[in-house]
Amino acid sequence: MSQRRSGSSLHRFANPSRFLRLGRRLTPWFAVLAAAFIGAGLYVGLFVAPPDYQQGESVRIMYVHVPAAWMALFVYSCIAAASVASLVWRHPLADLIARASAPVGAGFTAVALITGSLWGQPMWGTWWVWDARLTSVLILFFLYLGHIAINNAFDDPTRGARAAAILAVVGFVNVPIIKFSVDWWHTLHQPASVFRLGGPTIDLSMLVPLFLMALGFTFYYMMLLMLRVRSEIVARKIRTVQLLQAAP
Amino acid sequence: MMAKFLEMGGYAVYVWPAFAVAALVMIGLLITSLRTLRAREAILKRLEAAARRADDGA
Repeated sequence: MSQRRSGSSLHRFANPSRFLRLGRRLTPWFAVLAAAFIGAGLYVGLFVAPPDYQQGESVRIMYVHVPAAWMALFVYSCIAAASVASLVWRHPLADLIARASAPVGAGFTAVALITGSLWGQPMWGTWWVWDARLTSVLILFFLYLGHIAINNAFDDPTRGARAAAILAVVGFVNVPIIKFSVDWWHTLHQPASVFRLGGPTIDLSMLVPLFLMALGFTFYYMMLLMLRVRSEIVARKIRTVQLLQAAP
Repeated sequence: MMAKFLEMGGYAVYVWPAFAVAALVMIGLLITSLRTLRAREAILKRLEAAARRADDGA
């Protein structure tokens, strides 16, 4: 008991009932922040930001495409970090965080791929090209699908979670490949213009809506994570009750 | 004015579907997550009530 009391603050949040209480309190705040930032981002992105001097109005696709692509990488990184916590420390919430995140990350990746295609057709003259950036993001999408499938492939949920965690950690190698693919290989995709050495190359009038949307998407993920982890905790409880009833 | 905005400089068929896909996926994920949570909470409540009844009967 004394050891638990003196334990790190991380351990306190490892307690599911504590997480449930925290999640219940935070969810409405995340929802409000997500709606506010996405609303502001849509307004500035659609009405205030100027058209691009080369791409015209089609550049507005950027305000959903780029934040969705960032989230695809961010959510995967969260899953990989949670998977390390699960494999190394057997953190009880880590598996649930990874499991709750995967469909959200797959959704963001799908949005990035589809909106990218819708942007590529008018600007490059093609919906798709098998270059390094597009292919590595498609692989990210399949990693998400694999994670979801493996997680559900075992009768014992902890075994499924372990296998999925190993996949997530190994698959993390894809994340820097995606990030640097535009520098390492020839591609139609434009190079990094925001997170690069020497600072962003795009104008502030476009950076503002971009960051508003990115913040909104992040709060949306946080809100969904709270809801979905709560849902996973309830599912575990159902399983426990059913096992108790099956073996009286 | 409104028609000009909706035209998106001739890129309407690309810009609006892009925003629509993002909205569809994000709202869809939210709705399915909420529905699953509500359904699971209902199942747990029923199971716990049944367990309590069984305890009382014993």
